[in-house]
Amino acid sequence: MFNLRFDENKCLACETHDCLTRCQYMAMDIPTAKAEMEKLIQGRESRVLHDCVTCYACEEYCPLGNHPFYLIVTRQEELDILPLPSPLIKRGVQMAIPFRGEPEIEPIAGRALNMGVFSMLVPHVQGRLFEDVTLMSTDSRKMFHYFCQLMYLHFGRTSVINERLEESIATIAAHGAREVIHFHDECYGTYASYAPAFGIDVPFKSVHLFEYLYERLGAMQDDIKPLNYKVAYQRPCSSRLSPDKHPFVDKLFDLIGVEHVQREFVDENALCCGSTIMGQRREGSRRFCLELQQKNIDDMKKAGAQLCVFNCPACMQTLGKPVADAGIMPIFMSDLCRLAIGEKSP
Amino acid sequence: MDKIYSALTQIVGEDYVSNRPEELFTYSKDLGTSPPQFPEYVAAPRTAEEVSRIVRMANQEKVAVVPLGGGMTLAGLALPLRGGIVLDLKRMDRIIELNEKARYVVIEAGASHGKLTAHLHKHAPHLMHSEPGAPPAATIGGNLAIHGQGDLAHPYGFNSDMLNGLEVVLPTGEICRFGSCAIGCAWYTLHPLPDLGLFLGWNGSTGIITKVSLRLFPCKKFREMDIFVVEDETLIPDVLFALTHVGMAEDLVAWSSAIPPFANELHHISINITGDSKEEMEFKRRQIFDIKLSKYIRDGVGAIGAVAQPSERPQISKSADWKKGGGFEYVGSIMPVAAYPECYRRGAEISTRHDIPYTVLGRVIGAAHGMMFSWSYAFNRADDRSVQHARDALHETDDLVMELGGTIWKPAVFGQQLLMSRMDPNTLQMMKKVKTMLDPNGIMNPGNWEVA
Repeated sequence: MFNLRFDENKCLACETHDCLTRCQYMAMDIPTAKAEMEKLIQGRESRVLHDCVTCYACEEYCPLGNHPFYLIVTRQEELDILPLPSPLIKRGVQMAIPFRGEPEIEPIAGRALNMGVFSMLVPHVQGRLFEDVTLMSTDSRKMFHYFCQLMYLHFGRTSVINERLEESIATIAAHGAREVIHFHDECYGTYASYAPAFGIDVPFKSVHLFEYLYERLGAMQDDIKPLNYKVAYQRPCSSRLSPDKHPFVDKLFDLIGVEHVQREFVDENALCCGSTIMGQRREGSRRFCLELQQKNIDDMKKAGAQLCVFNCPACMQTLGKPVADAGIMPIFMSDLCRLAIGEKSP
Repeated sequence: MDKIYSALTQIVGEDYVSNRPEELFTYSKDLGTSPPQFPEYVAAPRTAEEVSRIVRMANQEKVAVVPLGGGMTLAGLALPLRGGIVLDLKRMDRIIELNEKARYVVIEAGASHGKLTAHLHKHAPHLMHSEPGAPPAATIGGNLAIHGQGDLAHPYGFNSDMLNGLEVVLPTGEICRFGSCAIGCAWYTLHPLPDLGLFLGWNGSTGIITKVSLRLFPCKKFREMDIFVVEDETLIPDVLFALTHVGMAEDLVAWSSAIPPFANELHHISINITGDSKEEMEFKRRQIFDIKLSKYIRDGVGAIGAVAQPSERPQISKSADWKKGGGFEYVGSIMPVAAYPECYRRGAEISTRHDIPYTVLGRVIGAAHGMMFSWSYAFNRADDRSVQHARDALHETDDLVMELGGTIWKPAVFGQQLLMSRMDPNTLQMMKKVKTMLDPNGIMNPGNWEVA
């Protein structure tokens, strides 16, 4: 079984403990953070294990790249301090059990675009931007064979990820694609961050969707008509696993001529969509989730956003309707980019 | 020419009667496990008067008459067990009166629930009726003939509790009305005249329902479905009692199924929430999740599985897809809510014995006064062994219902006999007297509710 490669010496020597002191959901000064981190390292119970909303942000805040969030989740499982009620964990774990037969593995000569478990979103990756790639996992009956499994970080279940990930990797690798672009941040984060952190071998090269879109749009600059919208971006939790790719958001916005509005809850300060918080076990989680969403939407409105750009389907599912109810149009990044070259979104 | 065929042609017109084998074949089957039963004639009347004339003729000829609505009971209740004439009532589908102020609609019994829903959406979107869990093609009369239930069962009970009046063609051909319409008034109430409820739940064996006045209920602007999940089935009754006590839901359905895998050995409660404003919706959610169910969440044994999903009816027909061949049939029962855990456990055992993925569902009726609990069994239509397994599972489940103190809902003939074998002898004799009095020649849907 795979184990987290966590360097406790780095952590113990850390002077800032940004992982916990910068957490948007737990108020903690440096001495407290240091003490709690020591408990986590020693495998003892810590309030962090109870209060973590699993937003992934500490992965980005850690200046040492030492994977504090993966440590928290590992300890949650070891100490059986789970963020969600047990029926929700069981349901989530069972959800990804494939039951509709094996996928057909067609060889892919060039680059592939992996839809993961979002085969139903294929209409959002059509048109000239995606002409150069072959879509992978387009059959929703078979999509769980391509599941990156990272969702189980929200469930306090790294063991499930570690048990199943190799099989998903093997399925993707079997197509033989030279590069695999991942539609969802979560998949990219799995292969670019989680797998190396746990020593899991990934035999294909992963590319972030935004990086790919930037490259494609760059080659189509003459076709781009600036959209002139004011946009907000709902940054997903899994984007915290690849902060080096986050700058592509602004690069893309600049390229297609939209204004990324100035907000309080943006970039490293982005707020969780609330998807996982809604069902958490802590007292008042549902109300907290609603307040969080309202704070987020109010911030978008105050900044004058006309559109809210999503990349994560879970964020879109959770926040898309409330955003629309507030008069801000929800849209996937892929569709926004298609609009810029004169194509219609579905 | 065949005398009966000729008579039918004179009554309904040549286009609406048939004795051709290919059409009789269509009417010889329903979607469940029942073997085919061929009628000799099929006729599609347009009016109650035509129905009356057909029934009078059938009495003279001593030929069976089997009324047919949407044909979706799955239990073979509209199959012509002794041949005769199948009366396809779907042409009698007019919506006669929509009274918004008194909140009722008068409608011919062959109209489909889908048609009525569409009519209300267009002409009275602030009102709704109770559409059953069946496909929209299920008819109003058919659903009443089997004591159906569906939307709004939690606040208002069975569909037959939502009646304001009935028109029925008796087995001897008389057209009778019941309720305020019987004294020449509008169709606004079934009460307080003497109770003549001899037609609901009889599967058309005491008369043919031709016209109905249905109560309409407020239809709120927002309709969403939330899900609460537990693993321990013994918690379900208490959760349902808590939810019915707080009274914030429009409908409550608990369900569990082996497929898709996420639902296996878990129990989901679909909670339909409606409101005319976001504030009303949130108020209701607060009462439900933050107050009534919070202890289950805090203890880690219950969870909010989803919120604000599009409101949809339970679709147990999807279970037909869990085996190749696309067949499914279910046993429905009316049970005390407290029986949910045992119903689930024993049902899953039966499914396992017959190699069928289990699918169970309990719809709350009234303030947890009861539930319609169903066990669905998928089968492969092209595989006789698979069909036999489903049939055996259905019979075992009928026995289980009786063992657990329940009542079989819309029982097939096997289940009817089971119920009558346990029935109080005086009640049984009363049933026999009613049937003999109304249908002296025994022509109405023979084989159904037939007291020996």
